[in-house]
Amino acid sequence: MDPSISIKDLNLSFGAVEVINDLNLDVGQGEFLVLLGSSGCGKSTLLNCIAGLLDVSDGQIFIQGKNVTWEEPSKRGIGMVFQSYALYPQMTVEGNLSFGLKNAGFSKAEVAERVANAARILQIEPLLKRKPAALSGGQRQRVAIGRALVRDVDVFLFDEPLSNLDAKLRTDLRAEIKELHQTLHNTMIYVTHDQIEAMTLADRIAIMRGGQILQLDSPKEIYNRPNCKYVADFIGSPSMNFLDGAISLEADGTPTFTCGSGTFSLEGYVFDDAPAAGGAWLGIRPEHIASGEAAASRAIQLQSKVRLVEPLGSDTLVRVMVGEQSFWVRMDGRTDITEGDPLPIGFNPVRCNLFDTKTEIRL
Amino acid sequence: MADVTSTLVGPRGPKPRKILTRNNIMIYGTLIIVSLYYLLPLWVMVMTSLKGMPEIRMGNIFAPPLEITFEPWVKAWSEACTGLNCDGLSRGFWNSVRITVPSVIVSIAIASVNGYALANWRFRGADTFFTILIFGAFIPYQVMLYPIVILLREMGLYGSLTGLIMVHSIFGMPILTLLFRNYFSSLPEELFKAARVDGAGFWRIYFQIMLPMSLPIFVVAMILQVTGIWNDFLFGVIYTKPDLYPMTVQLNNIVNSVQGVKEYNVNMAATLLTGLVPLFIYFVSGKLFVRGIAAGAVKG
Ligand SMILES: Nc1ncnc2c1ncn2[C@@H]1O[C@H](COP(=O)(O)OP(=O)(O)OP(=O)(O)O)[C@@H](O)[C@H]1O
Ligand SMILES: [Mg+2]
Repeated sequence: MDPSISIKDLNLSFGAVEVINDLNLDVGQGEFLVLLGSSGCGKSTLLNCIAGLLDVSDGQIFIQGKNVTWEEPSKRGIGMVFQSYALYPQMTVEGNLSFGLKNAGFSKAEVAERVANAARILQIEPLLKRKPAALSGGQRQRVAIGRALVRDVDVFLFDEPLSNLDAKLRTDLRAEIKELHQTLHNTMIYVTHDQIEAMTLADRIAIMRGGQILQLDSPKEIYNRPNCKYVADFIGSPSMNFLDGAISLEADGTPTFTCGSGTFSLEGYVFDDAPAAGGAWLGIRPEHIASGEAAASRAIQLQSKVRLVEPLGSDTLVRVMVGEQSFWVRMDGRTDITEGDPLPIGFNPVRCNLFDTKTEIRL
Repeated sequence: MADVTSTLVGPRGPKPRKILTRNNIMIYGTLIIVSLYYLLPLWVMVMTSLKGMPEIRMGNIFAPPLEITFEPWVKAWSEACTGLNCDGLSRGFWNSVRITVPSVIVSIAIASVNGYALANWRFRGADTFFTILIFGAFIPYQVMLYPIVILLREMGLYGSLTGLIMVHSIFGMPILTLLFRNYFSSLPEELFKAARVDGAGFWRIYFQIMLPMSLPIFVVAMILQVTGIWNDFLFGVIYTKPDLYPMTVQLNNIVNSVQGVKEYNVNMAATLLTGLVPLFIYFVSGKLFVRGIAAGAVKG
């Protein structure tokens, strides 16, 4: 099947500043793709290019097999939802929903039917006669989604739609967006810098940095097998712990990792290519570290001292010092460990991630 | 127990405010003095315009009239002589209306579209265009007076109201465009983007999205233009002929006429009449202005 959206060698610069660099991306039919990246990495810019709100400097954009690079936003078959809702303040909810349809020249009956339909799906029927100012944040964002919904488009573009909402509402609306996607089967591209949103919503996540996509994979793959140190560091909270060291090969070919705390066998770690000696970062997630007695059963064991305890309820985050190196460890919420306690920690190579010191690429 | 009650005794509730503090006396004292300073001339003018000439000659300019007469007002409006005509300020008033109304409408209409295009559409060369326009605002207009005379003469508009209206519209353009551009830039950009995704074009976005959100800035622009154009003297003198002189020029001709006795009461009445329109605009639209902002038309 043709991809729903296909971006070829996209470049965009504002004057001398290159914001998007030779970006290639294919999004499948009905796929939910999340663009994730730190602030200023070009997520919104990419979305605006797809929507046709920014002229590209070079490259092509295809939507449903049609080259839309020079097409007007309204002719691309996309709907867009913005962070600030962007509802027309002087129009009622109904006016907001029908504005696009009227511009497209739909008949009165058709407009009414589509608006009613969208209002039903989003449960905003009682609000149709109100002005945006008289709505809560969650209701406003629902109307904004409705505005994309009524136009019956192939592709939905979301630019951080939930980041202006409070935590509770965000969780609710997140689930609603997921349900909406399961009902409509539209292609959706969703920009966020909330990792939880990205993990829960996405079929695939694209991690962006400096106008390029570093990794494009399923959430599981991104979490478990980040392809470079940046992605490994970016995903997960608290982020992955890193040990600076070097890989060497034993006489029998077993790779080992040497750092300030000792030398450990890496048996069990799945290398992308054949292992080779050289400098490397060893990364381990806080939740994959066993502590206390459980640490004894792990292949790699370290001695540490507790520096800081942050109880979260379900878990407790503990910052420990391994020599000069600070480590986050996620422990059971019922632990009663305190600052200054010594704590043995351990983990298995299979849970580790190794990155080349220079290129920062996964080994 | 004693400890607990003692915490209950201390200050509680709103902190009492002293009225006659040194600060207050300074602030209100200054304000009152400044107000008096501005109001006194107005008082003198109104009082003088309501007196007859004999009473004025008695001298006391601050005293209210012993005998109120509206004669000077009537005379200023419909009988005072300016140059050749003796039909008072009424002619100038209507000339000014015929100059101000179209000038204000034309300049605001064009400048708002300019500002909208500059703020939202970012067309090629927009920045250059804007720089040139703003630069235009800083050229002293004395140097342009004569070239414009030639220009108008070549177009056959010299001495006509149309010519003057054109001049006013053009001279208002830089500052008004700046005003509108800044206002439209301050509106959320996402609103504009949403409208484009919704398939609205240049004019539809202008009329259906931008205009309804911009009442306050239109009122500001209107106040600026009405008062500016109504109070204009120089362009009126230069680009029109005596029949078509605006009110300000006529006022000058009445007040400065050298023949006969100085009729102070008529002069005062004429001056007040001329100032009435800007005053009226401030009062009426000031309210509108505040309401426009208070309506929070920008939020959503
Ligand atoms: N109109 C513009 N002119 C110049 N530079 C711009 C313009 N718009 C964006 N940029 C730059 O492009 C880069 C990418 O911006 P973009 O808005 O796409 O970031 P983002 O990934 O969406 O960030 P955020 O998560 O904060 O929304 C930023 O460095 C920004 O400064
Ligand atoms: Mg953004």
